Parts: sequence; C-alpha cells; structure tokens
Amino acid sequence: MNKPVDSKVDGRRGFLKAGAVVAGAAVAPGVLLYGVAHSRPPEEAASSDVRWGMLIDSAKCGDGCNDCVTACNEENGLSGANGPQDTQYIRKLDIKDLRNGRVHSLPMLCQHCENPPCVDVCPTGASMKRADGIVLVDRHICIGCRYCMMACPYKARSFVHETITDQNPEVPRGKGCVESCTFCVQRVDRDENPACVDACNANGHQAMVFGDMNDPESAISKALKSHASTEVRADLGLNTGVRYQGI
Amino acid sequence: MARLANWLRLAAMIAAAAITAAVSFPAAAGVDLPTLEKGKGEKCVEDTQYMRKNHMDLLKHHRDDTMRKGIRTTKHSLKKCIECHASEKSGSVAASKEDFCAACHSYVSVKLDCWDCHATKPGKSPQPKVGLAPLKAAVSPLLASSINGASK
Amino acid sequence: MANESCLNQESCKPAQFWGLLGLGGLIILGALFAFFTLEHHGHVLTGMNNQIVWGLPHVFAVFMIVAASGVLNVASIGSVFGKKLYKARAPLSGMLALAMLAGGLAVLVLDLGRPDRLVVAMTYYNFKSIFAWNMIFYNGFFAIVGLYLITMMDRKLKDFSKPVGLIAFLWRIGLTTATGSIFGFLVARVGYNSALMAPMFIVMSFAYGLAVFLLVQSSMYKWNAMKLDDRILTRMKNLLGIFIAAALYFNVVFHLTNMYFAKQWAFERFILLDGGIYTMIFWVGQIVVGCILPLILLFSPGARHSIGTVMLASLMVILGGMAQMYVTIVGGQAFPLVLFPGYQESSSFYDGVIHAYSPSIWELLLGMGGVGIAFFLTVAAVRAFKFLPQDDFKSIEAEDA
Repeated sequence: MNKPVDSKVDGRRGFLKAGAVVAGAAVAPGVLLYGVAHSRPPEEAASSDVRWGMLIDSAKCGDGCNDCVTACNEENGLSGANGPQDTQYIRKLDIKDLRNGRVHSLPMLCQHCENPPCVDVCPTGASMKRADGIVLVDRHICIGCRYCMMACPYKARSFVHETITDQNPEVPRGKGCVESCTFCVQRVDRDENPACVDACNANGHQAMVFGDMNDPESAISKALKSHASTEVRADLGLNTGVRYQGI
Repeated sequence: MARLANWLRLAAMIAAAAITAAVSFPAAAGVDLPTLEKGKGEKCVEDTQYMRKNHMDLLKHHRDDTMRKGIRTTKHSLKKCIECHASEKSGSVAASKEDFCAACHSYVSVKLDCWDCHATKPGKSPQPKVGLAPLKAAVSPLLASSINGASK
Repeated sequence: MANESCLNQESCKPAQFWGLLGLGGLIILGALFAFFTLEHHGHVLTGMNNQIVWGLPHVFAVFMIVAASGVLNVASIGSVFGKKLYKARAPLSGMLALAMLAGGLAVLVLDLGRPDRLVVAMTYYNFKSIFAWNMIFYNGFFAIVGLYLITMMDRKLKDFSKPVGLIAFLWRIGLTTATGSIFGFLVARVGYNSALMAPMFIVMSFAYGLAVFLLVQSSMYKWNAMKLDDRILTRMKNLLGIFIAAALYFNVVFHLTNMYFAKQWAFERFILLDGGIYTMIFWVGQIVVGCILPLILLFSPGARHSIGTVMLASLMVILGGMAQMYVTIVGGQAFPLVLFPGYQESSSFYDGVIHAYSPSIWELLLGMGGVGIAFFLTVAAVRAFKFLPQDDFKSIEAEDA
C-alpha cells in the first residue's frame, strides 16, 4: 500500500508528540513537555489564528465502511438510529455520476463554512462560529425554530425531537434544540482529533486528515497545497472547512 | 395629599421590613432547611456563602466562555461541580430529591433546565486536564507502530 | 350582560354570540392541548422531521401573517390614498390585521422547539438574520397598528390618523418583504432563493387580506341583516380580482424564470409535473381554486349584485392561499437538496430522495389554533367596539363623479 505524502509528512504536532513520548519514557515530566508543546491552555480562548479544517479523500474512503459514523455516534452519545427524526452528525453519502456511472463513497458532515448560512439566519445568535472556525449551536439560546436547517446547503443539521437522557457529560444535548457536527470540539480543545478521523485512521483507511488550515506546516495545509481538492457547492462561496479530494 | 403620601411611605417601609424578615426568619429560627450532602474534596472553589448567592452567575459566565470562546478552565465549570457534588447514593446531582442541586432547588422552587441537555452524573472516566490522557493519546500511535496514525 | 355590550349592532343575538365565542375558545383549547402535549413529548409526535423541518403549523402561520399585513391594505387605501369607501372600513381592517397577526404568531411560537425561551428570542438579536428582523417587524406592527386604531377611533386624535396610517402602511410593506425574504434569502434551496419572493408575498398579501376582509365584512352585514351597497360591493370585488390576477402574474414569472435556468429544471418538473401531491395542490389548489375560479366568479355578470358569489370567491382565494403556502413551504423542502449536481445521491439521511411528510393531528390542532385566536378576537372586538363600516354615500358618489 502506498502511503500518501500528506500523512507521511506529519507536521510538527505529531513529531513533537512522538518526541514527548520518548522524553516521557525517560523522565516523568514528559507530560508537561507535551502540554507546553501544543495544547492551547484551558484559560486561553480559541483564536482566529487557527482555522480547523478537514480533508477527505473519497478514493481512500471505504465503500460500505461506516466506522466514522459509529465512532461519531459513540463520542456524541447519538442513538445511531436512522429514522427521519433521528440525529445524524455524519453520514456516508454514496454518489454516482449520472453521465458515466463512476461512484464515490464519502462522509458528509457539517462543512464548518467560513460564511455559514446557518449562522446568518439564526435569529438569536445561537448558531455561531467560534474564532477557530468551528461552527456550533449554543443550546442555551437556541429556541428551536429550525431556520438554520432550512438554510444549511449540506443538510448537516438535525433537530432533537424527543427527550434525551444519559448524555455524554462532555456533549450536552437535549430536546427542542438543533444540533450538528462540532468537529468534536471537546476533543479538539484537548488537542485530539475528531472521533471520526481517529476511527478512519485506526482502520487503516486514513481517508480523513484534520488540522489547522492556517498553519502552513500542518499535514492538512500541505495536502491541500499538493493535491487538487474541492468544496461541496463551491458555487455558494461559503469557503468550507471540509474539503474533498478524489471527486 | 401629603397625608396619603405619608401613609404610602409607611406602608412601603412595613412591606420592605416584612420581606426582609421573611427571608431571614427561617434561617434564624432553624426551620427545615434542605440538608445537603457534603461534596468530595476539602472545600468548594469559593466560599459557601458566596456560592449560595452567586453560583448561577458563575455558571452562566463560565457557560458563555466555554461555549462561545472555547475557554475550558475547570474552576467554575458545571462539569467540575457535578464531579464533586454527585451523590454517593444516586451518583447524580439531580436524580433524586435529596441530591445536591435538586435538594436546594426544590426547596426554593426554582426550576432548572440545565438537565434537559447536561448529564447530571460525572463522566464514566473523568479525564484529568493534564495527566495521563494526553500521554495515552501520544503513546497509542507508537503502539500502533506508526506515528502517522492519530496525529494531526 | 351580553345585551348591554352590543351597542353597535342592530340585533344582539346573545346565544349566537356566545356560541361563536365558545367555538373560537374550543379551537384555542385544542391548540393549547396540542401545545402542552408537544412540549412534553417533543416534536416526535408530529409528522415533521429532519427533512421537512417546517410543516403544517408554518403553513397556517405564514398564511395568517401574510394575510394580516394584507388586510391592513383596506385601511391604507382609505387613510394614505384618501378613498372614502375604504376609510369607513379602516378600523375594521386594522383590528382584523392585529387579530390575524396574533393568531399567526401564536402558532409560530407554539411550534418552537423551546417555546419556554421566548424571552431569549426577544432579547438576543442577530441583526443579520431576516428572522430576527421579522420579530421586530411583528412587534412593531402591533404597536403601530394599535396606535393607528386609536387615532381612528378617538375623535380628538383623528388628525393623527393620516400620518400614523402612512407609517403603518410603510411598516406593513417592510413586514411582508421580510416575511417573503425568510424564503427568498435561503441561498441553498432551489425552491426558494429568489428576490421575487418579497414582492410576490406583498401582492399575495393584498389578495389574501382583501378576501379575508370581504368574508368578515359580509358576515357582519348578514348578522345585522344589512345589505352591502352594490356600488361598494362592485368596487371591492373588482379590486380583489385585480389582486388575484397580479398574484397569478407573479407566480407565472417566478416559475418561468425557474424553467429558464437549467439547474432549476428538476425542481420545476417536481412542482409542475410529477411531484404527486404537491403538483396536485399546485394546479388544483393554488391555480384553479385560488386564482382561475375566483376570477371567473368575480367577473361573472351577476357578481356585482351577489354577495354570495363574492363570498364564495373570497373563500376560494383563502383556500388557494393555503394551498400556495403548502406548496411553497412543504413542497420546497420535499424536493431534496442537491449536494453534487449531476450525481445520483443516496445515504442513511435521505439524501437524493423526495422527502415524505404526513402531518399529524397535533400539527392540525396547532395550526387551527391560530385561526381560532383570530376568530375569537374578531368576534369579541366586533361586539365591543364600533367596527361596522359607516358609509357616507354622498361622498362616495362625489368621488365617483
């Protein structure tokens, strides 16, 4: 199997992470080294110097593989049911070119637009974009009007139709509000990948790269520079945070 | 007219006094206050009296900081409150009427909608902020014999 | 008691009055029951889902809001454009506008996922959101039209009614523009996403509003065993005809434009040809019942003498309006979003398929509740205040001459 350039050139994070482990094995404060190296300190606000993004290679995405979806459901406490009223943050989309029959399989999720229509239309400002480009719903002020769901070009949002119990303490969610993929913001804030990306890496497909698109040294920036990629509905000019290659 | 004004002033003063008395009376007379389970750990992050009066403001302020700015300090976070104050018995702060949040809030009959979305129990494996978790995260790619795997 | 509070009516008919009020109250109770049930169990009980996010309640709500702004048009023609015939009807028109807006808004609010957070909706504003602007327009409408009513009904304030009426007129144009733009500003959906939405909604509001007004006015005349003068009937029915024709014209232009754009063909095909229920509601409901038949009725030879014909035509315009809202709101969502043009799409999240929607009884109860509120308020207001038009035929004749 040929390893892609983008995941081999691993960026400074991975390098330092490995370094930290080596150091940690010898001296106990290796953990501290890790902390100093890259994690944003908890008291520091997300910064617009960073723009989190994701690059998905549909050529590597396994046809019939659903691991990203399963991992997402587990991380965010979603039921995994597929009824018309059930929440899905990420879904596997199968597309077929009507002209030549070429098929692709790819995960579709919130595209974390730079100019998100959901944020524009939200009457209360509950739909919001964090400084580092992650689009979120502030459930504290979401009134459940569902206008953002009308506005989203990617059908990325779901409405919670019934009472939820036993939430993941890190992912609060409840009846009457709209929700969508958060890039696993709770994980990103402690310097981990979104759950879907880790799952895709773990099964060896490595079709998803996550990272800071503003950092020229990050794996995603390098991949975006060296490979042709597309935005879904690029005609809308939303400058999405999720890009696709191989389509 | 002046007399009416005087009467009104007097009435207002009596009302104000009555309200103050009503508020302080139960505490002074030892009327059934809610019994609260003691939290884990030495003491609360703030003085008890201060917390009684201001916990909602602290929580709301922290809520907006975390939600909208990504500030994840733990001192005033709901998650940390729950970790300390979850009941020994029910494992929750609001599952039964005796639990920490529920006991007081049912006493003063102030309805909460926190639990519509937030879990009332601490996470199954609460993750320390800087501790083993990042180390584990860093080790796992090594174990998988590839440092490419989980990194960004 | 009841007999004393019907000062402006020829005959009091207390039994009928309380019966009507009770009917309105019963419908409102039904809506409240639906509201509390949904509040407790969540929207899981409705037919709405993650594909059809706005359903029957929104059809009712948007129709009523559009009609509310349109019904005020009668007052505007009187106050702003100085027509005597309409000036006599201005107070009734203003009251109806308030009652209908209250009904429509109530449905919208009761359908929210978190109706308990109405205060949030009133205190947190995202000024880039046309929805937030709508809230300002709705609240302002109550204040301005309320003031307008006072200036019209209080002799001492009569002089103010013209400037306040002008403000009310401009405000309602803004309100309907904003309501149409709720759909017009949706960038991603082929069924909406058009600047034409705003003016089209305004023209539609003229037709819906006048139809509602004619129905209410005719009922009031009937109640009091009075006959609407033929000259007045003729003028008003002709105006309704013009409004219907104008709304039809906007619809034709809207669909023609869509048909010219290759990327919109699939959607137009869906609405006009093979969309099943939506195609049927479009042609039968919106076009035939809502436009063609009323036009034929209104301009038929006997119409100028027949209040029944005009009432039937008005009723048809209202039904057609509801049909139009259903096609616009539900039909527009039933057609799937296209993520990859030129590709066939499929997923567990219903990509690439026509979305199904079957409204539940709860949605119907909720929607009818809005009508109930408007009905209740109208019945009560007409009883308590002088809203029956007082025509001064000499001045109408002078205008005619």
